[in-house]
Amino acid sequence: MTTTGIAQLIIGATDIAAAFLFMYGLKRMSSPVTAPSGIFVAGIGMLVAVLASFLYVFDVGAAAKPHLMVNVGLGVVALIVGGGVAWWAGKKVAMTAMPQMVAVYNGMGGGAAGAIAAVELFGSKLPGTTQLVVTLLGALIGSISLSGSLIAWAKLEGVIKKPLRVPGQQYFNLFVLLGTLAVAGYVVYVSKEASSQLPPTPQLIYLFFGCALIYGVLMTLPIGGADMPVVISIYNAATGLAVGLEGFVLENPALMIAGMVVGAAGTLLTLLMAQAMNRSVANVLFTNFGGASKHKPSHIKGSLKPAAAADAGIFMRYSKSVIIIPGYGLAAAQGQQKLYEFVKLLQAAGVSIKFAIHPVAGRMPGQMDVLLAEAGVPYDLIFQLDDINDEFKTTAVALVIGANDVVNPAARTDKSSPIFGMPILNADQAKQVYVVKRGQGKGYADIVNALFYADNCNMVYGDAAAVMTTMIEAVRGLGAKAAA
Amino acid sequence: MDFSIHVTGFVALYIFMLAGFAGWVIIGHVPAILHTPLMSGSNFVHGIVVVGGMFALLNASTVQQQVIGFFAVLLGAGNAAGGYAVTGRMLAMFQTSGRKIHHAKHSHHAKARHLTKG
Repeated sequence: MTTTGIAQLIIGATDIAAAFLFMYGLKRMSSPVTAPSGIFVAGIGMLVAVLASFLYVFDVGAAAKPHLMVNVGLGVVALIVGGGVAWWAGKKVAMTAMPQMVAVYNGMGGGAAGAIAAVELFGSKLPGTTQLVVTLLGALIGSISLSGSLIAWAKLEGVIKKPLRVPGQQYFNLFVLLGTLAVAGYVVYVSKEASSQLPPTPQLIYLFFGCALIYGVLMTLPIGGADMPVVISIYNAATGLAVGLEGFVLENPALMIAGMVVGAAGTLLTLLMAQAMNRSVANVLFTNFGGASKHKPSHIKGSLKPAAAADAGIFMRYSKSVIIIPGYGLAAAQGQQKLYEFVKLLQAAGVSIKFAIHPVAGRMPGQMDVLLAEAGVPYDLIFQLDDINDEFKTTAVALVIGANDVVNPAARTDKSSPIFGMPILNADQAKQVYVVKRGQGKGYADIVNALFYADNCNMVYGDAAAVMTTMIEAVRGLGAKAAA
Repeated sequence: MDFSIHVTGFVALYIFMLAGFAGWVIIGHVPAILHTPLMSGSNFVHGIVVVGGMFALLNASTVQQQVIGFFAVLLGAGNAAGGYAVTGRMLAMFQTSGRKIHHAKHSHHAKARHLTKG
């Protein structure tokens, strides 16, 4: 057997192993118990596939032979620098900043897919029409994913504070997209018609990538910050698709399989998230949501009733059951640790505690689960919407911390509300509701919350971490008195 | 024996179809509690694009191709390494309180089945 043959055999075997390990790893992620081993398994697959990719040196085209040593050197440097920096950042980033970090990594993947397409397009060999179309399609999706993910990062990081909206924007964006597709079509046309066997002109390809990148920016700019989780999920699926398409061009089934698995998985996840908000994906992407500031509508009766944190803490100490609804406000105040400390005090006093998580709580689906887990909260205390919503009726206290729209009863009753129809946590059905909130401001979606004005609701104003500290001291004080 | 791989036409479509179906089914069974690690984990999986980047870079024959290929590998490696680091960190945090998981009573929910199975 030739050296090339052996190299091809090893690459083929490692790639098929990697594809298997990716799917097996994702499968193991379907339970919190096996999930850590799932990512490890997938990591092994990645490692062997990357190491085996060096064997491509035995299989390069004649034109690349003289540059082989330089190329291998560049590859090693790129792997070490790119992998090293991203690894370091991933280990260092705070858990609350996780969504924007995932957005950045996702953008990198999209960029890589786009770059591969660029190398192919600038390449000297003339591919068939199918290959060319697929290359361009993957390049388009990858580029949109790159620039779009970076805008999503900027929004979550707070670099871009307000959604940018101008009249007729959606038409302009459509125009840019059609323009990009037209350039792509022209590239295909030129490469088919050129009798000189020359690849399409570089200027044309630059124009194509420029348009695609601009479209990604334009598409993401008008979308509100509250919708970024859905957007990141869409771009995650998009990058998967782009990788799958470039895998087809490179005739690499491992890329095709991994890319398409992620493409399908990301699509499903996006749909689940949109469903949780009772909106369509198109509605998230193309309608300007939650921009207008609204005053308290006339039909909301009652007033905001403040309560002292210490009183609220003691009230819960003597209640039978408490359901806690954490939102991003808790994470922003870094109050998870304090909250769990308070929970342990209550549990020691015999209070039944459960956590209720709304599907879109936090800045990313399931982010609140991760943040509670980070604070040490056991996951069997954490319940999802469908599993716990019937229990509010029989619960003494609902404690809402830094959450707003996900407990707004207007979603059930008020047809004119922008969030009408969104499934919410029925906190208002508990006998007593405490809402811990920084101030009287509105939620991320900027909608007045009728719950806050309800008769059974009291507001505890203050930073979530500070409020928790006060509650802990109040309950501890009780214990000390009882002992004395 | 020839071990070079050629994926064309309908074979490619079959691969895409089956992989897409597999992804859909695998994710359909993940409980909501794991959605963030899952998004991050699938983000890691498409980091395999780095292998494609290596192929493109090693086959580069002009400076332009070398530069773009270098960035393909750089970005792909970042996607893979970063995705692994954050996913691993998140998953390491999930722990149970040690007692028998009481979700069992909700066994009609897919989520509970998965929590108890593990």
